[in-house]
Amino acid sequence: MEKVKCECGHVNPHGTVLCESCGKPIAEDSTKKLLDMRYEGSARRSQTYNKTIVDKIWNFFSSVKVGVWLIVITLLASAIGTIYPQEMYIPPNVTPAEYYEDQYGWTGKLYYELGFHNLYGSWWYMLLIASIGVSLVICSLDRVVPLYRALKNQGVVRHETFLRRQRLFSASKVDNYDKLFAEVKEKLAKRRYHIREENGNILAEKGRFSRWGPYVNHIGLIIFLIGAMLRFVPGMYVDEVLWIREGETKEIPGTNGKYFLKNEKFTFEVYEKDKEKEVFQEAIDRVGSGMVAKNYQSDVVLYERVGPIVPGEEPKLKKVKDYKIRVNEPLKYDHYALYQVDFKMNEPNKMSFHLVDKKTNEQFGLVTVDLRNPQSAYDLGNGYRVELLSYFPDFYFDENGNPATKSKIPNNPAFVFKMMTPDKPEGEVSFVAIRQTIEPFGDNQYKMAFAGLETKNVSGLTVRRDFTLWILGVGGTIFMIGLIQGMYWNHRRIWLKHVNGEVLFAAHTNKNWYGLKNEIRQIIDGTELVMPVDQVEEAKKGARGGDDSGAAK
Amino acid sequence: MTVAQLSSTLLYIAFVLYLLGTVFFGGAIRDKKAKRSTNRAATIGIAITIIGFIAQLGYFITRWIAAGHAPVSNLFEFTTFFGMMLVGAFIVIYFIYKISILGLFALPVAILIIAYASMFPREISPLIPALQSDWLHIHVTTAAAGEAILAISFVAGLIYLIRVVDQSKPSKRTFWLEFILFCLISTLGFVLVSTSFKAADYEAKFTWIDKNGKEAETVYEMPALVGPHKGELQTADRFEPIVEMPAIINAKKLNTVIWSLMGGFVLYWLLRLILRKRIAASLQPLVKNVNLDLTDEIGYRAVAIGFPVFTLGALIFAMIWAQIAWTRFWGWDPKEVWALITWLFYAAFLHLRLSKGWHGEKSAWLAVIGFAIIMFNLVAVNLVIAGLHSYAGT
Repeated sequence: MEKVKCECGHVNPHGTVLCESCGKPIAEDSTKKLLDMRYEGSARRSQTYNKTIVDKIWNFFSSVKVGVWLIVITLLASAIGTIYPQEMYIPPNVTPAEYYEDQYGWTGKLYYELGFHNLYGSWWYMLLIASIGVSLVICSLDRVVPLYRALKNQGVVRHETFLRRQRLFSASKVDNYDKLFAEVKEKLAKRRYHIREENGNILAEKGRFSRWGPYVNHIGLIIFLIGAMLRFVPGMYVDEVLWIREGETKEIPGTNGKYFLKNEKFTFEVYEKDKEKEVFQEAIDRVGSGMVAKNYQSDVVLYERVGPIVPGEEPKLKKVKDYKIRVNEPLKYDHYALYQVDFKMNEPNKMSFHLVDKKTNEQFGLVTVDLRNPQSAYDLGNGYRVELLSYFPDFYFDENGNPATKSKIPNNPAFVFKMMTPDKPEGEVSFVAIRQTIEPFGDNQYKMAFAGLETKNVSGLTVRRDFTLWILGVGGTIFMIGLIQGMYWNHRRIWLKHVNGEVLFAAHTNKNWYGLKNEIRQIIDGTELVMPVDQVEEAKKGARGGDDSGAAK
Repeated sequence: MTVAQLSSTLLYIAFVLYLLGTVFFGGAIRDKKAKRSTNRAATIGIAITIIGFIAQLGYFITRWIAAGHAPVSNLFEFTTFFGMMLVGAFIVIYFIYKISILGLFALPVAILIIAYASMFPREISPLIPALQSDWLHIHVTTAAAGEAILAISFVAGLIYLIRVVDQSKPSKRTFWLEFILFCLISTLGFVLVSTSFKAADYEAKFTWIDKNGKEAETVYEMPALVGPHKGELQTADRFEPIVEMPAIINAKKLNTVIWSLMGGFVLYWLLRLILRKRIAASLQPLVKNVNLDLTDEIGYRAVAIGFPVFTLGALIFAMIWAQIAWTRFWGWDPKEVWALITWLFYAAFLHLRLSKGWHGEKSAWLAVIGFAIIMFNLVAVNLVIAGLHSYAGT
């Protein structure tokens, strides 16, 4: 495309609205009183080309209107996802299809059927976020390149039209021109303006870097979104659960057999009346003593495997460190983090029985069954012997009325014992569960009498390793820097031009006009310059009949 | 006097001072002689406000000392802190722009927020394990400060709307403006109704059947207009519910909402009867000297200052803490999602303003909606949607 040469001699790219150097309108709607200073009237691709499919896609995503719509749709969709709990927050042992209908009636059913129970993982929600990402990239590129050009090429000497059509403008008759310029220059310099001079004209500028704020924060957001996407790359992210009993040593899942953990002890504490500070008593009374959790803690030892992994051989372990894992205090080592997330108190561990003669109550020995790893037979000496024929760690009667087990966890252990005694050498069979004994083959002479239960606590830990975190951190930091850069500083420019014995004074800021006006008031104070008029307020006042008065004047 | 008692007294003092400050700001804008917006009454008003703020800061510090942790761990503490930050944000903005009218609207909003907070259990509670972290005060205070600065844009927006909405004939705009004021009045209704029944020690115990078919117990502190599912009144001489709710609805909370709205309606209609015109129309003369462009700029400035603070506190610090306490930086918990919604909303606000030229009235309406979202996250998400953050509700 051909370039456009302005009368000041500067060659502008095709599509430029205001000359990059002198600001003279080239292709601009001249019916408006004030110039549209957004993006400095530079040539934006989206405003210039609209022929090919690439142009159309570019123009679609570069539009702020489209961007705002994407934000609003995402916002509304996100809100819908909070009406009922998401799938990950419903109890783990229920089927979602039934749960939502059970709990919330037909609206719950509809919620489930529309897929809102997993809204944030749905393809269309992902698509929305991805579109926002694309919009961020294209929007930024479409504006930042021409804006950079325009600000880099801006001239000191501006066209008179450009100055007169700024929001803040005044023309003053000045007698001693040189004195005025010296004064104004000094004051501007004191207020940290960068001053450029050319033929007795001044361009004073400060805070230009704040113009890059939006683009910097968009870059931060894009890095953040890329970081979030990398989570789906294998190897970047480990998320495992480790249930570990007191006294147990287990390989830490997700570490490929490199690390092992021993659980020494799990502690669960609650706030109890009269054991806490005086000020807490009232609160403890209200909810009840012992009702509020105080601490969940697993005292663990971390081990590292020494030497190569040999299948079938016990690993050789080297102690790395002792640690007390608490909520908010995960164990961190080698990019892995172990978190205290769950627990189970008093899981049955060992159960003991006496072999007893039912009539005489005489005891013939103690059988202790390790519920995790039961022996198949227990020899009690003197011809007394107990065999464990069947074991149901989590016992229930199945639909046929037969004993069965729900899981391998000894929540409700039940046993089928065969008791061999000198009297009954072929043995008697007894089915023993908690508070329940069944003798399937008629009355027995002996029984297994419950003698004690040993329990252990179980820690539920989460194992994490997340290589995307630093990328998210970098993205977040850049975003914050860009945000502060763009929001807490303003780009202010002041132009002075000397024409025909008059000094034209114009000023522009990208925001905070109130602050700029105050600053100008102080700069022109004591000089011959007239305070610039806010042409936007003037226009409104004209329209309303001038009933406004206020602090800005 | 114990430290905890001193703390409560300081909060009470702050509350009274804010009320007094409002009165002086009211006097400041009535002062016809003063063409400038700062005058004697305004100077006294801001001085009282600052003393009130210092008193509340004293409440915060002494309570921190008494508890051993930052007092931002339940709904009362958080909301009170939010009110304090709102006053703090107002003081800062006041010194930038010197506008008395802002005080006349910002202080009552802060007063309402603190009064609302006081309706929840106020005793100092020990921390549950998830809250035992320095991130408690880092995350919560920054988030509250961000929300409070954003709330100033609501105050500016409200002033703008009262000034510009044409009250000569009823319209959609007059309706919604009245609706905003009605919501504020209903908050007062809630405070008055709760306080009255609390003073009368009203208690009615019910047994009821919850959604899992189990029998449960609940205690109403207000007469039950709507009763729980299959509720049986256990306390003698108490009001029998008029309607019974299904099990999935929390009848006690609904009952409170109904009472508050009734209280709001009564107050609203009383005001309408006395004033004989819309509330906004009655407030209009107060704001007739307001410079609209400046008000608009204050609203925008508040968002420009508040947005980065909010992002830092409610999203970035929140994510860091969530990674430490809950193993993941983001988990789509309702509170997290609503923080994201708030953030998206103000992002849209800034884009509309910067690029689409949504200034003035449009911008003011948006500021009101933004505040509604913040309040929704504070009130409804804690009390209704209750997720992981639900401990904040007790």
